[in-house]
Amino acid sequence: MALLDVKNLSVDFETDQGTVHAVRDITFSVGESEAVGIVGESGSGKSVTMYSVMGLLAANGTITDGSVTFKGTEITEKAFLNHRAYEACMEKIRGNEMSMIFQDPMTFLNPVVKIGKQITEVIKNHEKISDAEAKKRAVELMAQVGIPSPEKRLNQYPHEFSGGMRQRIIIAIALANHPKLIIADEPTTALDVTIQAQVLDLIKEMKEKLQSSVIMITHDLGVVASLCDKIIIMYGGKIVETGTDREIFYEAKHPYTRGLLQCVHNPEKKEKLTPIAGSPPDLLKPPVGCPFVDRCPEAMKVCKLYMPEAAAYSETHQCACWLEEVKRRKGENHG
Amino acid sequence: MADMAEVKRNVSAAGGTNLAVCAGEQPILKVEHVKTYFDVTKGLFSPKQIVKAVDDVSFSVGRGETYGLVGESGCGKSTLGRTLVKIYPATEGKIMYNGQDIAAFRGAEEKNFRKEVQMIFQDPYASLNPRMTVGEIIKEPMEIHGILSSSGEREERAAELLKIVGLKPDHIRRYPHEFSGGQRQRISIARTLALNPRFIICDEPISALDVSIQAQIINLLKEIQDEMGISYLFVAHDLSMVNYISHRIGVMYLGHLVEEGDADEVYSDPIHPYTKALLSAIPIPDPDVAKRKSRIKLEGELPSPINPPAGCPFRGRCPMATEDCGRERPEMKDYNGHKAACFCV
Repeated sequence: MALLDVKNLSVDFETDQGTVHAVRDITFSVGESEAVGIVGESGSGKSVTMYSVMGLLAANGTITDGSVTFKGTEITEKAFLNHRAYEACMEKIRGNEMSMIFQDPMTFLNPVVKIGKQITEVIKNHEKISDAEAKKRAVELMAQVGIPSPEKRLNQYPHEFSGGMRQRIIIAIALANHPKLIIADEPTTALDVTIQAQVLDLIKEMKEKLQSSVIMITHDLGVVASLCDKIIIMYGGKIVETGTDREIFYEAKHPYTRGLLQCVHNPEKKEKLTPIAGSPPDLLKPPVGCPFVDRCPEAMKVCKLYMPEAAAYSETHQCACWLEEVKRRKGENHG
Repeated sequence: MADMAEVKRNVSAAGGTNLAVCAGEQPILKVEHVKTYFDVTKGLFSPKQIVKAVDDVSFSVGRGETYGLVGESGCGKSTLGRTLVKIYPATEGKIMYNGQDIAAFRGAEEKNFRKEVQMIFQDPYASLNPRMTVGEIIKEPMEIHGILSSSGEREERAAELLKIVGLKPDHIRRYPHEFSGGQRQRISIARTLALNPRFIICDEPISALDVSIQAQIINLLKEIQDEMGISYLFVAHDLSMVNYISHRIGVMYLGHLVEEGDADEVYSDPIHPYTKALLSAIPIPDPDVAKRKSRIKLEGELPSPINPPAGCPFRGRCPMATEDCGRERPEMKDYNGHKAACFCV
């Protein structure tokens, strides 16, 4: 049984301009101690998906369809009697069995509360332990994530830490209760390359130590290449391709995935960058057909009219594209 | 291994593409021992505190060349870029534009300098006035510098510029909020091109954009350079993109230039231990390579530029540091056109 199961999830946001269909009918699962990367550009719905799993959607956002199952129990609001029952359940899960590492450590940490208090708070929320014990745990956690002289730094405020150190604190808070699932939302985007490498190594090491599953949300294909076993590519609120790291990087089927790989400069190979022309679709009026149709160099008539179904190419590799479907049907006819 | 690297260095230096040297002409920009310091002393009686953002940097940019400046945040690369356009005055040192000291420019000379040297900023959401239409944004610099005589001609030119940067001429009456990040960056490029600049400082022009859009902007900048022969100083922290667009690269650390050379040489055969670490930290978008590649781990972070360590700026984090590194600052040494400031080479 998968640890997390997301089925046919759709999320809408009410805005002044109308309803934004941010996530449209997506299905995926995350296994025990698996590392999954969700890749897409801004507005592709990758963060919104995970926020709705955690029950952290903004007030104008609603899950309009689908379900989220965590450890075999459904955790979508419609499965509960009322909002209070739902919140009560989620409070037990959030920060305990499922936790999140955010992009910007400065906005996540409270600037007027000491670091020590911000870590012990999370532990004491989920466990009945004494102050002294919680403090001891906090010191251990800080040492684990590589913060020098943790006893001293426990009494400092967030502004006394550098960006990389703050991100380590966030990771310490996320790991405080040994979660089964860690969701990292662009954890290294705000950091420099050398610090990014340190933080990615730390996440990898912690994942192995705790045997947790990790979902890494990112726009950087380089980040997922070294860390993830399974990669989900999102575009325009839809999943366009799913596969193992090798399937995505070496056998990509979807034109968007292929385009994405061509517009990252890989210094190991000397190739000219081929950008994807145009810009992402407006999700106020999402296209009826394939979301990528306007930018796709190989678009056909059918792409504009109907959304392609995801077809399986191996046990792990799925792709939603008419091009592949057409190739396959042709093959069948010839056969 | 070391011999091979040496041979490679010699070979590529002989057939290298250092435009400034090949052309045998004066570089468009020459920076000599420039320092930019900021006084951050708090209160009247506290000890003096000086941030040494740029500390004794020298380099030059040839005509039609792209010079990439890389380094982590806080290394002084943006301050250096801003010093070059006279946003900040240089505390010490000389900046020569076409062989003339920019600090001595007055009146018409100064105005001409400000016309020929332009800047593209990082955040296209902050660098365009939300209350002006795209046309007004592009026309304003032309009005200030008296380019083209009538408003109608300027309007025509603005529409033409929009076409050059890949937007539609009828976008001229729209406002910035109607555009995406990548399109906004195109508008700011059109604005800088309105003045027919000779030299553009690009301060992290792609770091706020999505991956698929980054390549569009980089290719646009390259096309413009090929057609108009403009020189670029390309400031960025993303080494792989800098390698792609630049002819030469300079690596900065804590206000100092620690390595400089032909872009491919710096990339494939770095000399300075900091450059080596920086390069090995880049996540490679290829799982087989990424899993095979061993990484040079850098401990710690950039020290504060308020009281920078004596000697080599990098020695606190350097895996090769010896006692000698603390005594004095290493000078830039030339290894067949590829320069580095390190005692351990």
